Amino acid sequence: MTDTKPATPTSLPEELADKLRPHHFLIAAFLLAYPLIASDFWIVQIGAQTFFMGLIGLSLMLLAGYGGMVSLAQLAIAGLAGYIYAILGENSMNLGLGWPWWVVIPLALAIAVAFATIVGTLSVRTEGIYTIMITLAMSVALFYFCQQNYSIFNGFKGYAGLAPPQVFGIDWRAPVPFYYLALAVGALGYFGVLWLSRSTFGIALQAIRDNPRRMAALGYNVRAHRIAAYAVAGLLAGFGGLFLVWFNGRISPGTINVGNAINILVIAILGGLRRPIGPFIGALIFLLLDNFAIDLIDRDRFNLVIGAAFLAVVLFSPDGVLGLWDGLKRRLAKTAAERGKDMRVR
Amino acid sequence: MISLSRRILLQTAAAAVAIGLGAGAAKAEDTIKVGVLATLEGAFTVLGEDSMRGFELALQQHNGMAGGKKIVVVTGSSDASPDSAIAAARKLVEQDKVDILIGPLSGSEGLAVKDYAKTQPQVTFVNGTSAAQDTTLRNPAPNFFRFTTDGVQWQAGLGEYAFKDKGYKKVVSIAEDYDFPYSQVFGFMAEYCKAGGHVVDKFWVPIGTKDFSSIVASIPEDIDAIYVALGGADAVNFLTQYQDAGGDKPLVGGSITVDQTVLGSEGKRKDALIGTPSAGPIADNWDDPRWHKFVADYQKAFPKGFPSPSLFAHGYYVETEAVLTALDKVGGDLSGGQKKFRDTLAALEIDTPTGKVHLDKNRNGIADIFLTEVAVGSDGKLYNKVVRVIPQVPQTMGMDEAAFLALGPATRDNPSCP
Repeated sequence: MTDTKPATPTSLPEELADKLRPHHFLIAAFLLAYPLIASDFWIVQIGAQTFFMGLIGLSLMLLAGYGGMVSLAQLAIAGLAGYIYAILGENSMNLGLGWPWWVVIPLALAIAVAFATIVGTLSVRTEGIYTIMITLAMSVALFYFCQQNYSIFNGFKGYAGLAPPQVFGIDWRAPVPFYYLALAVGALGYFGVLWLSRSTFGIALQAIRDNPRRMAALGYNVRAHRIAAYAVAGLLAGFGGLFLVWFNGRISPGTINVGNAINILVIAILGGLRRPIGPFIGALIFLLLDNFAIDLIDRDRFNLVIGAAFLAVVLFSPDGVLGLWDGLKRRLAKTAAERGKDMRVR
Repeated sequence: MISLSRRILLQTAAAAVAIGLGAGAAKAEDTIKVGVLATLEGAFTVLGEDSMRGFELALQQHNGMAGGKKIVVVTGSSDASPDSAIAAARKLVEQDKVDILIGPLSGSEGLAVKDYAKTQPQVTFVNGTSAAQDTTLRNPAPNFFRFTTDGVQWQAGLGEYAFKDKGYKKVVSIAEDYDFPYSQVFGFMAEYCKAGGHVVDKFWVPIGTKDFSSIVASIPEDIDAIYVALGGADAVNFLTQYQDAGGDKPLVGGSITVDQTVLGSEGKRKDALIGTPSAGPIADNWDDPRWHKFVADYQKAFPKGFPSPSLFAHGYYVETEAVLTALDKVGGDLSGGQKKFRDTLAALEIDTPTGKVHLDKNRNGIADIFLTEVAVGSDGKLYNKVVRVIPQVPQTMGMDEAAFLALGPATRDNPSCP
């Protein structure tokens, strides 16, 4: 038998089909059926928010996990997309331009990508802690710019009365449609990053993370690859930012302050930076803690629970919850193998 | 007596914890669920804690019951940002399924929660101490009630007093840059400008400003006084830096500017504060049996609290008192979309430690306001002496409603009388 086809790496759909296990179907079925069994609070505040906070975390995972660049500007990028949506679209403050959604949304995403590209261009010259510092600086700069600029960003008050567009006659902010919209975009981002990580670009990016000098010697443009990664991450964060303003119905400088920017890092690290599913798991854990810690402990000290949980995860597993899970799987596999060996001996 | 009140307090706390743990569990028929939203994180944490004391005192005095039903309490926390207030309110309403929500504490939070209230018509929202005027004046929510009056009302009498009695013809204002100080400046200027005064310049600073040097340097020489609407550490920082720079203009204070955090501090600054007029919903030394009893009850219930209840403890106390009284009147009946309860609340007239309070058609409180002046007590310490009480101040400050609305919402630039 002759096969003329050259040996190509399997494409993502084939790869996925190969790896599919029953529990994947179970999870997918659960996520789709979830609004039928959950209350509005669990559908929106936990469910939908997990997807879009996970999406912003995913933009950081893409940069840090595949590119080795820890950026603290991802929430600022998301917030800028939200602000553009507020300024150009409709709101209840009698401000803004009131343009139609099919102009505003692409424009908001485009500006988020442009801003992310600028952040990337400025920060790819640096490494490690310096990348964190310069992205944090840009994040803080945007925060103060929004807070002190009254003519465009409406200062401290920001914008209120924001809603998703009414497309196909559906109120997309109603709990169930909002959940499915967030799920769809979250899944799109997830599979998109998965696909990207296996593309030529993604492989090159990971190689650059591991050894930039060798990649440069091989003729790759290291800086261009890194900046491109920022641009892609900017698109993910931009989508997350749109959901953020739809969810809160408002945006103000408080939305993008340093505390919240660091929460994105917490989300990404809590879940694990190795795989795209990590930020979503991290977002789920973070939101559960954030909402329910106050019920577990005296109201004066509930932030202790959040901090302790974060400390515990980072202390016992630098790879986050995903790392814990991988370790558990390894250990189980080992004991199973040993048990098999024992049986053979007998 | 002490042990009794402590026991009640402990029981309330235990009930709160137990209910908190069982959040989302099936609701019993003979209980009413009340959510309390306060700033228990961030810059205003201390104020939020005192507001919780006010709430607990009111509940304690009702033995944790209202209308024959047991009150179960769920606490929510925000950090004074509108986003966090909405998130906490959403959890209390949609997850814990509270019947009534009391809160929030800060101005911008109140505006956000009012917008949220419109989407949750099954719950009655009763304000905490947030005092931005437009929470109730413009686009009010039909299920949002405020007994504590707003930041404009809190300045009643001050503008006229500063102009006529103090003789300040020209002032500049320095205030924090968010909704509550906008309302305060508006309230002061409404009277002050009408009386013939001029606010030459307005300075707005972000909450938490440490360095006021550029503002101190730009204060013009030819003014008679400085109107300051800053709170807590911001007020202390400004006053210190202004006096260190040799500034000697007299001051006019907003409702939370010359409180005990400023008056209690040491140093030469104290002498410069004597004679500073201010106005607000409470006065520390108000000589009235109802106020004396409130202070004594507060001190007995919370030995670790402030020496005297703050404006925030008072505000949450009054709002909670209103809720529990209305519940008593309807026998705890919340059926029919809480209609009976809300009608009762809207028509309620309650006797508070600071006098009678009732609501206007926008469900905003009409109450007495205290005009005070900083004075030296017999013990050598500074306190706010009551100059006069302005009785039953309405939200429109006594103006015709249409004329008042025509003034426009309180912002950085409105009003103006340079």
